[in-house]
This record gives sequence, structure tokens and C-alpha cells, in this order.
Amino acid sequence: MGSVLINVPKKAKRGDVIEIKTLMSHIMETGFRHLATGELVPRDIITSFSCRYNGEEIFRADLFPAISANPFISFFTRATETGTFEFSWIGDRGFSETATASITVE
Amino acid sequence: MMKRTMGENAHSRRRFLALSSAAVATVSLRSAEATPATMAAAMRELTGGAVVRAGKIKLDVPPLVENGNTVPLSVSVTSPMTAEDHVRSIHLFVEKNPQPNGGNFFLGPRAGRAQVSTRIRLADSQKIVAIAKLSDGSFWSATADVVVTLAACTEEVI
Repeated sequence: MGSVLINVPKKAKRGDVIEIKTLMSHIMETGFRHLATGELVPRDIITSFSCRYNGEEIFRADLFPAISANPFISFFTRATETGTFEFSWIGDRGFSETATASITVE
Repeated sequence: MMKRTMGENAHSRRRFLALSSAAVATVSLRSAEATPATMAAAMRELTGGAVVRAGKIKLDVPPLVENGNTVPLSVSVTSPMTAEDHVRSIHLFVEKNPQPNGGNFFLGPRAGRAQVSTRIRLADSQKIVAIAKLSDGSFWSATADVVVTLAACTEEVI
């Protein structure tokens, strides 16, 4: 169970380019680290992130162990209509989290 | 004269064998590390051998970081972001992490601005490469060198 921080402007003018910032809490264990006993710590990362705007995918990312713990991703989109952003994070060991944010476009 | 040459040859062969076995040992020890060659291979997988030109991309990353565990990074591409001319994807490659891929980001004309930011891990001081794929199929790249004092990725778990 992860906790998430999302930053989307509440209001925007039609056609405005807005920034969307997301932060998902996750260990992002690389799978390249060893315990003091020499045992390899298995990989546990988020592998995929996507954002839909009123059902249409506007952004997607493949994540690798090179992404820091608690992955922060920020990107841009054009505010076209009032509606909802749906965010989804999918990862190892059945990790799956979603979040939503709404925007009013005038 | 002939004898000496042969002796020299034998000597250099022995040296070569010793050197190559040392090289093999180094390779097997460092197998969990990406190299400029594996990074080039990962890039080739993306581009399919197409020409990657320098330019259009700006890769913002601090030149010196203390902690390789979280290195803020931002990539922006100069593009009008219209249906005819936009950035399809942005890809990050790292030279000396255990894996050459850093991240793939897929955007489209709706993005309005071709810019993504994230935080990455760096296992060593190294070169970072960002490649953008444009809607016309062309590839553009930018590189940045980062010096890291505390490495990430492979440190021992306490």
C-alpha cells in the first residue's frame, strides 16, 4: 500500500499547458544490492506509470532500477476540458496503485 | 637472431595470455555493471541503427552530486508539439549503472511542452544520455557528465 502525492492545478484556462507532478512512495529495490551475508536482495520496483485524461492516455513511462526510491515524475499536458486525471503505477510483486485528480477548465 | 625473435614471441605470447586472463577476471567481476558498450547496445535497440543527432534536447542535471541515490534530472526538447511535429518519446541512458536503461517516457502532441522531470540513481560518476524520438522518426540526443561522491544501486544493505 503506497501513499501518493499529486500536484495538478485545480483550474486552468482552455488550451493552457499545465504541469503535473506525481510522487509515489515505493522502495524501488534495485535487485543489485547484497545483504551482509552475500544474499542478493530481489528486485522490487515500479515498472510502469501512466496518466489518463478523461480516459485517454496522455503520458506513460517505463521505470527501471535507475529511478530513485519514491519515484517522482513530472510532465506537461494541455488543459482541454474539465475532467479527471487517472494515474496508475504498476510494479513487481503485484504492486498496483491508482489515484485521481480533477481539473476545472474554463 | 632468429632464436631471439622466437624467444621474444613466446615471451609476448605468455604476457598476452596473462593479460587476457586478467581481463577475463575483471570482466566477470564487473559483469553487473553497464559499460559504454552495453549503453550503446541499449541505444541501438531503441534507434534501430538510425542516426542520432546532437541537439534539440536540453538535459538538466547537476554536474556534481553528493548522493547518487536521488539525482534530480530534467529533459526538455525544443518542439512545437503539434500533431505534425511532436516528440514521441524521451529515453534516458546511463553509462555505469548496473543496467544501461534509465527510463522511457512516452508523450504525444497533447503534452503541449516536451519536458519530463524525475529523480535517478547513479552508481558512479558517469555520462548520462537523453535521446528523443520525434514524430518524423528522427532521433536527437544530449549528454551530461555527472560526478557522484556517494554511489547508489549496489551498496550493501545494512
